[in-house]
Amino acid sequence: MPAPVLVLAIGNPSRGDDALGPLLAARLEDAALPGVEVLVDFQLQIEHALDLEGRDRVIIVDASREAPPPFEWQRPAADARTLHTTHALSPAALLGTAMRVGRALPPDVRVLAVRGDAFELGAPLSDAASRHLDAAWRALDAACRETLGGLAA
Amino acid sequence: MTESALPEGGLRRVAIDPLSRVEGHGKVTLLLDEAGIVRQARLHIVEFRGFEKFIQGRPYWEVPVMVQRLCGICPVSHHLAASKAFDQVVGATRLTPTAEKMRRLMHYGQMLQSHALHFFHLASPDLLFGFDSDAGRRNIVGVAAVHPELARRGILLRKLGQEVIRMTAGKRIHGTGAVPGGVNRNLSRADRAELGALVPDAIDWAGEAIGLVRSLFEANLPLYREFATFPANRLSLVRADGAMDLYDGLIRARSPQGETLLDDVECGEYWNYILEEVRPWSYMKFPYLKALGPERGWYRVGPLSRVTNCDFIPSPRAEAARREFLAFDDGRAARATLGFHWARMIEMLHAAEVIGELLEDDDLSGTELLAGGPRTARGVGVIEAPRGTLIHHYRVGEDDMVVRCNLIVSTTHNNESMNLAIREVARRFIDGRTLTEGLLNHIEVAIRAFDPCLSCATHALGQMPLALELLDADGSVVGRLRRD
Repeated sequence: MPAPVLVLAIGNPSRGDDALGPLLAARLEDAALPGVEVLVDFQLQIEHALDLEGRDRVIIVDASREAPPPFEWQRPAADARTLHTTHALSPAALLGTAMRVGRALPPDVRVLAVRGDAFELGAPLSDAASRHLDAAWRALDAACRETLGGLAA
Repeated sequence: MTESALPEGGLRRVAIDPLSRVEGHGKVTLLLDEAGIVRQARLHIVEFRGFEKFIQGRPYWEVPVMVQRLCGICPVSHHLAASKAFDQVVGATRLTPTAEKMRRLMHYGQMLQSHALHFFHLASPDLLFGFDSDAGRRNIVGVAAVHPELARRGILLRKLGQEVIRMTAGKRIHGTGAVPGGVNRNLSRADRAELGALVPDAIDWAGEAIGLVRSLFEANLPLYREFATFPANRLSLVRADGAMDLYDGLIRARSPQGETLLDDVECGEYWNYILEEVRPWSYMKFPYLKALGPERGWYRVGPLSRVTNCDFIPSPRAEAARREFLAFDDGRAARATLGFHWARMIEMLHAAEVIGELLEDDDLSGTELLAGGPRTARGVGVIEAPRGTLIHHYRVGEDDMVVRCNLIVSTTHNNESMNLAIREVARRFIDGRTLTEGLLNHIEVAIRAFDPCLSCATHALGQMPLALELLDADGSVVGRLRRD
């Protein structure tokens, strides 16, 4: 039985602000919330469609060049026409793939898009991204607890 | 070939930036003359900057884990190439059987998952729907809509490969299974049985994928025979007896006519036979065979080179498929750029067969994991990564810190070949006056055959738009197109 909440954190920890996803995942793992499973990967990929199944809520956490700082909640809709890349699936395309291969979509899928600006290999997290990280952590933690509280009720 | 960093007089420049469905960032610049004929094609890859700087100064034992962050698509290849190099540094000239087979299993799992991803989700949309079809349909979601079973198999094959990696490396990403001198884990009988139960389906599906590629060739033979095709030297590792070996071997190179250019070259001596040329417009170097020089010595690596360079494949179904491939269309498919896709599926079948064979080997559950010997200062690790030959070369100081490293990744080996493929396609399909999705996708189809790793880049949300830019001969932008 999969955990009711899946947090799918995306990013390369050695590429500057791309580490936002893995860093948030690390904080969540430290929090050890029961009922929350954390997966970390460099990028969304097709096999993650299989990880969605049987969840009540899925939160995809990723750095974003376009989200307003410090972060933005987004609600992707399964879309067959939104991607032009398969080596880095968009959240919408991931949902589309899952749906097309007969997987039931979770009732609640959202993206925590955290603003990042610098992505050079070997670069540390930028100062701005460090501030965004703290703000995003509070939102992520609250979202997980809210879901778990709802399920318990 | 004439090269320069700037547009030349009388040339119009068309920039395609970045490529869709290729990892990381890339830009194609086409230099056209006033008549709209393509004079030059350049694939710019900027993300290869900083690899060596990223590694130098770190303790050598950290490097096999650290280099996985160079590439999000095939981190295992970097992990194993680095480990092989540092085997030499710690004096492990011969690994224990358990270590050798655990690493092989990990590597063939990587090959399986990467080839499955490439074919089912990168190449098949183009091949099944045609190069001119609507871009919104020509993707994995489009494939899944029309061929749901094909898409499902692609996902499950990739999943199997990743399970093999997880069990041998410890984690799905950032694994630590290989260490200088061996491995740090074995595989239990229960784990072997669990994975082994999945292999028969994988072998059948890989075999059917080969049949699918063949049918696509048969359905449109003139296009598949000629698309982006040009004569090229080929280079790969082969086993000492000439068999395909994706984990270890000796370097072999052959001419387009099949003449042997290099054979039985020890990996540690690669630098006596391969040199790298720097060109002013690209961060990526251009390797070539020293004996032939930069003009004639460039070569192609990857599945097509491996399948045509080896004397045989040491697994029965893949060897039968190889023979069929070489004989098809009087050998033309084996020389065609789109033959990469067919060769890739033959390797995927081979990987599935090897995984099945290894999982039955009790050495995987052995307990002798590490070897060692007299310490050395230099190590070279060469492996056949999914996209081609990968070279890691390190020098380590007495304080255990890496003082020098040189990485030649498969995309670098294929640098010249990719530029030529783009030029061939551009000359045939683009007149320099009209940019259409279909025309541009022809260029992308050619590049995707090589499947370059345009690094290893980040994939932050909003970072992968497709932008097209048309510049006049004087550098003025006369047209732009962006697809998010």
